[in-house]
Amino acid sequence: MSWPLKPMPLTPVPGPLEPRPWTRRIAGMLVIAYALISLIPLAWIVLTSFRTPEDAISYPPKVLAEPSLVGYVNLFTTRTRVTPEQMAAAPPAQSWYESLIRDQGMLMAGPSRFFDRYVNSLIVGFGSTFLAIVLGTMTAYALSRFKVPGKNDLLFFILSTRMMPPIAIAIPVFLMYREVGLNDTYLGLTLLYTVVNLSLSVWLLKGFMDEIPREYEEAAMVDGYSRFQAFIKIVLPQAATGIATTSIFCLIFAWNEYAFALLLTSGNAQTAPPFIPTIIGEGGLDWAAMAAGTTLFLLPVLVFTVLLRKHLLRGITFGAIRK
Amino acid sequence: MLRSATPLRGMTDRTLAWLFIGPTILLLLAFNLFPLIWTIILSFTNYRANRPSAAISGVGFDNYSRLMNDEAVWGYLQSTAHFVVGSIVLQVALGFALALLIDKKFRGHSFWTTAILMPIMLSPAVVGTFWTYFFQPQYGIFNYIIIFFSGVENFTMLGNVNLAPWAIILVDTWMWTPYVMLLLLAGLRSIPPYIYEAAEIDRASGFRLFFRITLPMVMPFLVLAVLFRLIENFKMFDLVNQLTNGGPGSATELASINLKRQAFEMWRTGYSSAFAMLLFVSIYGLSNIVVRYLEKVKQR
Repeated sequence: MSWPLKPMPLTPVPGPLEPRPWTRRIAGMLVIAYALISLIPLAWIVLTSFRTPEDAISYPPKVLAEPSLVGYVNLFTTRTRVTPEQMAAAPPAQSWYESLIRDQGMLMAGPSRFFDRYVNSLIVGFGSTFLAIVLGTMTAYALSRFKVPGKNDLLFFILSTRMMPPIAIAIPVFLMYREVGLNDTYLGLTLLYTVVNLSLSVWLLKGFMDEIPREYEEAAMVDGYSRFQAFIKIVLPQAATGIATTSIFCLIFAWNEYAFALLLTSGNAQTAPPFIPTIIGEGGLDWAAMAAGTTLFLLPVLVFTVLLRKHLLRGITFGAIRK
Repeated sequence: MLRSATPLRGMTDRTLAWLFIGPTILLLLAFNLFPLIWTIILSFTNYRANRPSAAISGVGFDNYSRLMNDEAVWGYLQSTAHFVVGSIVLQVALGFALALLIDKKFRGHSFWTTAILMPIMLSPAVVGTFWTYFFQPQYGIFNYIIIFFSGVENFTMLGNVNLAPWAIILVDTWMWTPYVMLLLLAGLRSIPPYIYEAAEIDRASGFRLFFRITLPMVMPFLVLAVLFRLIENFKMFDLVNQLTNGGPGSATELASINLKRQAFEMWRTGYSSAFAMLLFVSIYGLSNIVVRYLEKVKQR
């Protein structure tokens, strides 16, 4: 059975208002200039991640410094400074990163907690995004298709979730979690992120669901599909764009969230955002290691966004305004 | 209508509706309504979360009256207002300009649009932290560039009571302008070309086109951008907490920053619950006004 997946797009006819070539070129130059300037801080972070901690705080700031992986090594390890005698007595370095640590006059003491934090972020970030999308899709479909008492109140109630300052939610949730033993657990943090993201996913996905013609499912149901089967086989593929966009925004929030992670988790389930700003080297923050952590932490979201970027523009309107 | 027809097999629509909405409602009740009610109740007590076994007693409206009569609280709200207004004005101006330029569809515009979006993919707390590095008076690259071009000695953004409130606006604008740009770009793309073509036949000037067509048509998206940034920046915590932690002095002590201090450093849970309610009601009220305005511009 084949369904008409998308209405044929109208071929855009170049109108009389088509920008002139030189207008286009100037517009392009201005946008690229903004992009390049606004990416300096980001580029500087990536550059810093390939510097030694000393080069990272040199004055004047060095644009070109000898590239080094010390930042990355420091990010993943803990080290202790030793005397030359202890260094001489230590067994030979087993690996390239141990040699890098010894060049700084230190011995490796063990792995740092960054890897654990990163794994926690993966579990909580993708877990809560998945949950928010599944629940959001179901709720959005029901709100879009069925008569639900108090529908509009429910929708506004869902939106008001985002109006509470995170600290204000954290107080009672902290007390509640203390009672039920959810403080510092994956489940606790995942559920909380899911709820905050639900507001976004329900609003956004309802906009998309409203745009899918009912006739598609109804025709399928005439063919003997149950409503649930029609939802799975007909509606979900149609809502793919909406689901892709929504998951980008849910992931960006859950992946980067800081306040809840800081206040409600500590040793066990804490994610990377509260950890990265606290990486300390000798005599202060280790900017090279923090930059390395930031670079590695950006990658999953960047890859995810680039893969799904075609859907972004439609999705950003939050489903609140339809064409 | 087919909708009322009984499906041949499986659940009825009614069952399915509740099955689909039920989990969401349960989660919202547990994580939204329940905390909200709990916050309201706590705001009338002298409870301290770090002393769970101490006796709790009701204090009536004491927390609220203390809040209202505290000059400092008004100061925090003023800082918040300065931050919210400054960042929204800059982000809308820059974002609109960028969206108009990108809408000219120059070669490679889709690549550069994605490139511009990169700051919003970072964690706000990490952004705040790294900007302290860029603003650092000796080795900070931002400070170095400013000093290099202006020749001002001992220049500091974060240590200066007058500049720090602009520093947080600058960083927030750097991070979130792309978001506003994306929203407005979606708005520009939603304008059907035939409207411009009709105006072109009437020989309307570019200036007139912008104010007669582009601006009114994009208005709902612009108001939506203002709404989202208003909600987010009114409750701003993570970025500013890392960037200035309220300093120097209390120059950038936004309401949410002080709320964290009251709640999780001084453990005045009852008082901070009242403070939280004040913020929630303010955001709720302001958003409501903007949403009403949005409904109005949507109908035009």
